[in-house]
Amino acid sequence: MILDPSADDRLDRAFMALADPVRRGIIARLSRGPATVNELAEPFAITKQAVSKHIQVLEHAGLVTRTRDAQRRPVHLDAAQLEALTAWIDRYRLIHEQQFRSLDALLAEDRTEDAGTTTGRTREETPS
Amino acid sequence: MTNPVTITAPEGLPFVEIEREFDASVAAVFNAHRDPDLVTRWLGPNGYEMRVDRWDFVPQGGYRYLHIDPDGEEYAFNGTFHSVRENEFAVQTFEYEGFPDVVAIESIAFEDLGNGRTLLRIHSTYPSLEARDGMIQSNMEQGVREGYERLDGVLAA
Repeated sequence: MILDPSADDRLDRAFMALADPVRRGIIARLSRGPATVNELAEPFAITKQAVSKHIQVLEHAGLVTRTRDAQRRPVHLDAAQLEALTAWIDRYRLIHEQQFRSLDALLAEDRTEDAGTTTGRTREETPS
Repeated sequence: MTNPVTITAPEGLPFVEIEREFDASVAAVFNAHRDPDLVTRWLGPNGYEMRVDRWDFVPQGGYRYLHIDPDGEEYAFNGTFHSVRENEFAVQTFEYEGFPDVVAIESIAFEDLGNGRTLLRIHSTYPSLEARDGMIQSNMEQGVREGYERLDGVLAA
């Protein structure tokens, strides 16, 4: 649960990973349960090797993990990581970013008034 | 011309640190924190209405306000202003009434960077790691809902 530069790298990788429709399709399939590469490759008109590459990208982004289960190597969705993406970004940083942008806008308005180039609008006239 | 916000929640320590620069004087940034009419224009997430019950940004003052989401759901917050030093520093407590008795202590430093620029530094201390992570992850159901809606969008694409 960190938003420092290294965590930013991880978030960048995660969002890059999700920017591809095949990889989103793989995530959607995995949200219903673990699956093997063969099973994941079925709905796509691309080679198994290409699907493997996509899985590697998702693995590198920390969105999926692979375990060994006898002869199978099923791919699992790391739901916590996905949730961390949405929880952190949507809930906290975006709120603060929006909030501080509102403060920017307010301060910019003040500066305009200070500079004597006011449009004549006063705070009392500001619709609440 | 948006300045980036830096948010750090160090692993193993119940802190949150927030830093953000503003292209405005320290007096203007401080005043935007002191004047409740101005505070309602920037505090809180987009799309929420803010209603202030009380806002006394003075030493031993206090506050209570509500954020009201577009569905009319209300989220209330209260706290005391412990120290307030003009254009310089403030310490306040912060409590989300949906999680009563879990109170964070926040120090806010207003730093004059010269050339009409200001650095705002907020350091929040929570009673426990769980409280900090809980606050970040779940204090506003709206945000979680939006998060999941976005996740749904990602999964449906």
